[in-house]
Amino acid sequence: MSPPPDSNTVAVAAAIASQGAAARAPFRWRPAAEAIVIPVGAVMAGCVLFGFFCLFQEKNPIAVFAAIYKAAFGSWYSFQNTLVRAAPLMLTALCTALPARLGLVVIGNEGALVVGGLAATAAGLAVQAAPMPVVIGVMLAGGMIGGGLWITIVGLLYYKRGVNETISSLLMNYIAIALMNHLVNGLMRDPSSLNKPSSYPIPDDKMLPTIGNTNVHYGLFFGIIACLIAWVLMEHTTFGFKVRMIGGNIRAARMAGLAVTRLGLITCFLAGAAAGIAGMVEVAAVHGRANESLAAGYGYAGILVAFVARHRGLPIILVATFLGGILASGGILQREFKLPDATILLFQGMVFVAILYSDSLYGRFKFFKEQGA
Amino acid sequence: MKRTFQSLVTGLAFTAVSASQAVAADQVAMGFIYVGPKDDYGYNQAHSEGCAGVQKLPWVKAVEEASVPETTAVQETMRNMINQDGVQVLFPTSFGYFDPHILKVAKQYPNVQFFHCGGLYTEGKHPANVGSYFGYIDEAVYISGIVAGHTTKTSKLGFIAAKPIPQVLRNINAFALGARSVNPKATVQVIFTGDWSMPVKEAEAATSLINQGVDVLTCHVDSPKVILETAERRGIYVCGYHANGSKLAPKGYLTGAEWNWTKVYTDYAQMVKDGKTLAKGTIPHLIRGGIKEGFVKCSDYGPAVGGDAKKDAEAAKAKFMDGSMVIFKGPLKDNTGKEILPAGKEYKQQDIELEKMGWLVEGVIGST
Repeated sequence: MSPPPDSNTVAVAAAIASQGAAARAPFRWRPAAEAIVIPVGAVMAGCVLFGFFCLFQEKNPIAVFAAIYKAAFGSWYSFQNTLVRAAPLMLTALCTALPARLGLVVIGNEGALVVGGLAATAAGLAVQAAPMPVVIGVMLAGGMIGGGLWITIVGLLYYKRGVNETISSLLMNYIAIALMNHLVNGLMRDPSSLNKPSSYPIPDDKMLPTIGNTNVHYGLFFGIIACLIAWVLMEHTTFGFKVRMIGGNIRAARMAGLAVTRLGLITCFLAGAAAGIAGMVEVAAVHGRANESLAAGYGYAGILVAFVARHRGLPIILVATFLGGILASGGILQREFKLPDATILLFQGMVFVAILYSDSLYGRFKFFKEQGA
Repeated sequence: MKRTFQSLVTGLAFTAVSASQAVAADQVAMGFIYVGPKDDYGYNQAHSEGCAGVQKLPWVKAVEEASVPETTAVQETMRNMINQDGVQVLFPTSFGYFDPHILKVAKQYPNVQFFHCGGLYTEGKHPANVGSYFGYIDEAVYISGIVAGHTTKTSKLGFIAAKPIPQVLRNINAFALGARSVNPKATVQVIFTGDWSMPVKEAEAATSLINQGVDVLTCHVDSPKVILETAERRGIYVCGYHANGSKLAPKGYLTGAEWNWTKVYTDYAQMVKDGKTLAKGTIPHLIRGGIKEGFVKCSDYGPAVGGDAKKDAEAAKAKFMDGSMVIFKGPLKDNTGKEILPAGKEYKQQDIELEKMGWLVEGVIGST
């Protein structure tokens, strides 16, 4: 699938998000238009709702939207902010998106991120004397294994014992955060971190650098590459086909002789590994050590991204960028418009609820039906 | 995607930097960043009130941003305030903003001065344009303890705390020592909630303490709101923390330990206006103060505070003002019976030992 020629970021993000698996059939403009008009219309509807909120707050909605655009996508400087915020969301979104293709609703993103971050820290500290690429490589492996095993537990509970995966993965978030607090207060604690218990630090010169002279760290590449791999794996390989078949009808898949449990567990591992990389990046590129700052809510935001992107790898990149942009513009609303700090969450909520609602509108408009079909 | 990216890079690459709003030459532009909402009746509100206070000066222009998490988001906010609002001085107030966020951005902007609340600056290790400030709020907590010790009928006091870290333990101990200085029978039952903002756990802790017979509560969490409200609803007494909470507990509010950041921020604004800087050494890297310096203060007494309590509290305040008061002095034992300080020895406010505190004094029920 290739993006439409129009490069308006919002439209592209929303359009591609909703396009899903593109048909390979001859191009039909009406269904294609549906895939663009509905999500764009949803974003517009969300904006109109938010516009009313601005009016109630006695602010000019046009000026507010202009400021949001400027602060999110309006310049290279502000686009960097958007990208920095988008990077972890791409990775955590995969933690929900991959199992979703199996028909599982996994929301253990935050926990997998935290465990991945802890494992990456432990791995990195173990080899901290090695050269930087080795340290990063080992941390990456540690993060993937940590996060991966964490979500594999969710898979095991589901496939072996029939435990509801949504509940177990949610509860495992709390366990992960408690485990982290326990470790950074005990085993892994750097005694010099008095008032903010933290692990020992990864040496500064072994940390993941920023790209060129920007403020964007290499975690963005990890995010984009992971989403691309997920896209190819799920949409264009037999593995992905099998996974989607399980998601479509698990009994039929069993009848067809698919190794449902094995495929399910592998997918869960990959999902957790993606979130684990997000945790690794937070440690390796941002914090330099593991502490409570790891649980910053990226995992929960990732769930939102996955659902809006309809659990597909490529759209996740765009939706994460879109959400990153919205979040990056929160500051300007406070500083320039004196709006309350929750305003940007309200905007995010209105737009995303509208997008999710718009899912139910597909096929409801005669105009988009192929004429004579 | 590629085209979008390219057009953004080439077309708009350098427009952001020029977007900064002009700041008049004789103005001081200050940026304030908080980790939670501005109206939490707690830590963040105290700082926001400080910002509002300093903003009254006609030559100060202040911008603020609330609910900024301790992630790359705060680095972004700092850069935005510098690039878009033209601030010369930044006050990122949350403890967790310091390492790595302030350190990283401070290196990128050597001409901007960064002041962090919490006091982690180390000479030689950290950038020269970083400073830190903090208040000896345990002095005001000690006064709260005196009032609580007088007011309690059951001699059971309760303390709801976030984490067993030195800053928090110091306040618990000061509260207990204040209370026991006027009421040797008094005990302080501590409950740790585990995190800075856990309203549900804080309410549960308050309820359980009250059910055990505690009749004066206080706390060290980011927002004392639910604790104040729970105490008032259950008809017991409460001492505030961070900011004045008397509005939430008009009957039961005794007094409270408050920050007076207006004083601190006004001092800093004046120094910057006079052309002083951290790098030149004309602004000290570490600024500390207690009741005497006006960094912390006690809330006005509530209606339930009796004459004796006021008398003893005022006497202690007077001793803090003339510098003769020492909170941590021997003989001092911890609550396991171990000697902390023999008779005749003392820890003065500046003593580094106090910043490593890992014990609870005799009379405190609970463990670190």
